[in-house]
Amino acid sequence: MSTDVTSPVSTRPSWWRRLYSQSPTLLAGLAIALGFVVGAIVIIVTSPPVLRSWRHIFSSGGAIFSALKITADTVGAAYRAMFTGSVINPSLLWHSLSTGHGWSATLTPLSETLTYATPLLIASIGVGIAFQTGIFNIGANGQAIMGGIGGAAVGSMIHVPMIFHLPLTLIAGILGGVIVGLVPGLLKAYTGAHEVIVTLMFNYVVAAFLIFAVLSTPLQQPGQSNDISRTIDGSAQLPPLFGVSSGLRVSYGIFVAVAVVVFAWWFLERSSLGFEFRVTGQNPQAARASGINAKFVIIAVFCVSGGLAGLAGTVQMQSTTHMVDGGFLIGNAGIGFTAITVALLGRNKPVGIMWGALLFAALGVGGRAMQAATGIPLDLATIIQSFVVLLVATPVMITEIFRLRNVETQRVQLATQGWGS
Amino acid sequence: MRVELRGITKRFGSFTANDSISLTVEPGQIHCLLGENGAGKSTLMNVLFGLLHPEEGEILLEGQPVRFENSGDAVRHGIGMVHQHFMLVPVFTVAENVVLGFEPTKSLNRLDHERARDEIRQLSERYGLDVDPDAVVESQPVGIQQRVEILKALSHDARLLILDEPTAVLTPQEIDALIEIMRALAAAGTSILFISHKLKEVRAVADVITVIRQGRVIDSVSPETSEADLAALMVGRSVSLTVAKEPVTVGGASLELRDVVVRDDRGLVAVDHVSLSVHTGEIVALAGVQGNGQTELAEAIAGMRRVESGHILLGGVDITNKTPREILDAGLGHVPEDRHRDGLVLSMSVADNLVLNTPRRAPFARRGTRQLRAVAENARELVARFDVRTTGIDASAGSLSGGNQQKVIVARELSRPLVAFMASQPTRGLDVGSIEYVHQQIVAERNNGRGVLIISSELDEVIALGDRIAVMYAGRITGIVDSSTSREDIGLLMAGASHVH
Repeated sequence: MSTDVTSPVSTRPSWWRRLYSQSPTLLAGLAIALGFVVGAIVIIVTSPPVLRSWRHIFSSGGAIFSALKITADTVGAAYRAMFTGSVINPSLLWHSLSTGHGWSATLTPLSETLTYATPLLIASIGVGIAFQTGIFNIGANGQAIMGGIGGAAVGSMIHVPMIFHLPLTLIAGILGGVIVGLVPGLLKAYTGAHEVIVTLMFNYVVAAFLIFAVLSTPLQQPGQSNDISRTIDGSAQLPPLFGVSSGLRVSYGIFVAVAVVVFAWWFLERSSLGFEFRVTGQNPQAARASGINAKFVIIAVFCVSGGLAGLAGTVQMQSTTHMVDGGFLIGNAGIGFTAITVALLGRNKPVGIMWGALLFAALGVGGRAMQAATGIPLDLATIIQSFVVLLVATPVMITEIFRLRNVETQRVQLATQGWGS
Repeated sequence: MRVELRGITKRFGSFTANDSISLTVEPGQIHCLLGENGAGKSTLMNVLFGLLHPEEGEILLEGQPVRFENSGDAVRHGIGMVHQHFMLVPVFTVAENVVLGFEPTKSLNRLDHERARDEIRQLSERYGLDVDPDAVVESQPVGIQQRVEILKALSHDARLLILDEPTAVLTPQEIDALIEIMRALAAAGTSILFISHKLKEVRAVADVITVIRQGRVIDSVSPETSEADLAALMVGRSVSLTVAKEPVTVGGASLELRDVVVRDDRGLVAVDHVSLSVHTGEIVALAGVQGNGQTELAEAIAGMRRVESGHILLGGVDITNKTPREILDAGLGHVPEDRHRDGLVLSMSVADNLVLNTPRRAPFARRGTRQLRAVAENARELVARFDVRTTGIDASAGSLSGGNQQKVIVARELSRPLVAFMASQPTRGLDVGSIEYVHQQIVAERNNGRGVLIISSELDEVIALGDRIAVMYAGRITGIVDSSTSREDIGLLMAGASHVH
């Protein structure tokens, strides 16, 4: 291990070589960049004007340049709309800075992104903690729905001052998620039932229960026959951060999300229970030999993971909808499913998940703006999201494409190890 | 075949694994490469087999320089290699495995089983390697599987056979059989390069022994060299191969087994009414051929397997069927048989592994929060005290050599307050230097007045360490004898003889 005296070059890799190695951050960054490249290709091959312009490149000398220009304009317009719709519009920002007015319009895109990112981030952290323990919680969505139901029930049916009502509603949401998570946890701990099957199926059970709940008397909006719940009291709502008059939807929920990130970091990196979780996830046999109670860990993981998913559901409800209906977190709105991919993208690390959730929220919000501005379907955002996750889950593709050096293979292990064990 | 390596240098980054190594294997010679784990033996063999490309140096076959791009080139030049971990398809038959990659076919590319079988029969007759071509590989004992690997290498007309730690997985009888095979092959003109760190077998079989240390050839010696001298060459200092033990007053029972019955995974009785007591200040070595119930017994003591009937007492306290946590807290130190499976989390740091079973204990945690400073302090202290060779306490346990991984486990277990200490196969796969160290630690624990139970299938270890030796056969203890008992008598007990005269 001593330094090699015969070699004239320094043995320590230069900063550039270290940067240009297989660091997880670089891999994720390249995956995102490639995702946008693929998105651009999709735009090109599905846009009639672009295709038409390329059909005529041989007819005249300048046609190829005009085709290139049309292509660049179309792709540029789409991505510009995506950026201005999810982060910030520079011209609006300039207007606000110079006149001091119009801040609401300027900040709306950012506010929307944060609004979507908040529950997604909380749910993703829940899924990530389970992944780190070697548990595949595919049921985060059902747990989140139950969290929303629990929150809606407590938020609308008891009437106490905000200082009690808000935390009680949040706790009700957590409990809703814990209850749904506990069932597969107990089944796995005591019967060995595979959690993937059970949690996946429970999504359907909970979705059906949601319809039942919002159609039954205690929770249904009085005087309504639709599948819609009572609206929660103002004292149970997570109010907008800048007041209702600002028009910005971003709520105090982001403080909940930040607290969850901090908690998750402490839990995984610093707490002894989290250490036992990680040991169990990395090597269940060694965990057992070290006196870690596997049954307890499995049940505890489902409580933590389900509780966080439930919290995500109720935060979503408390900050935006203020009630649940039959379509709450169903279909495209299923943050519990997106959370699985976000956890994967963030390599199950709280800070990584935070960036992942922000990216996915921005793509979703920006995609909608792009659809409105350019007519390119929102599904393009989904394609980019899917491709990014595909690349992150198979780091070897990135390392091959960019010929990255293998400095620390250890750190770039597949986040889904242990599947099916 | 005459094989010559000249000035082979192989670097990995700044680390020089092979530093200008030269050696020559004469036709029909059994040439042993002796060195500790990490000395660069396997690297050198991978260079010779075309799996790695050296930075400097050349390989000459029959005086002709050659360059191997890959292992296929090496095979075509008559070099065969048997890896430490077998490269066989477990569900295929012996014949199918041997012809794999070069299958004889009938029309329409169908495998010609008849011809494959014939080829194997001819091969095994020619080299005197007895195998059943139709047996499924996974149903065969390890020794036979290795024979299949050797046959496979020979089937490509190998004139140089590389054997990478071939005896690591074999029973003593299988080792004897392998040595016979090696002698026969050498007599027929095949050159053999044989990697090992076990001194006894090296002296028994080699014609020439080349000792490698830290990537350099230290010396080439004859097999007449004494074990102590070989060990000293290998480690770079003189090593004691016997364990010094001063007499210690033996006290009361520290670990006691009363009529213990344990079943194995298939539900068969693996431990059959075993009674044994280990007193404070003594080492009881439980000897026996692998698979006679020792593994199950150790698991039962550690709380990882249910005790069907009977009692286990630790310092007088009944720990029968308690959880592993309760047993650890009651004061049992346990070095598990399979360190990768049960002893370590390879992806975690050395520091974390050193507190693997005490993460909640003060000072490593306070109010549910891990005290990383205390964890690091503990790691630095233990790494220094137990001489764990690692790049740092934050290095992953998987990056350590086998011997140092074992030191991590031993350090962890011995750093807790103990009533009794149990170690299963404590030195399996370790090199001489590490074995000496682990043995010293075990004896020190005995001298400190702990009861120590060693479970080992290495007869040398059992005799070196045990104050008393209990022999287990077919789930029963067939005899408890003094450490002065002869090897032959213990061997007889291990083979199932009920009593010794």
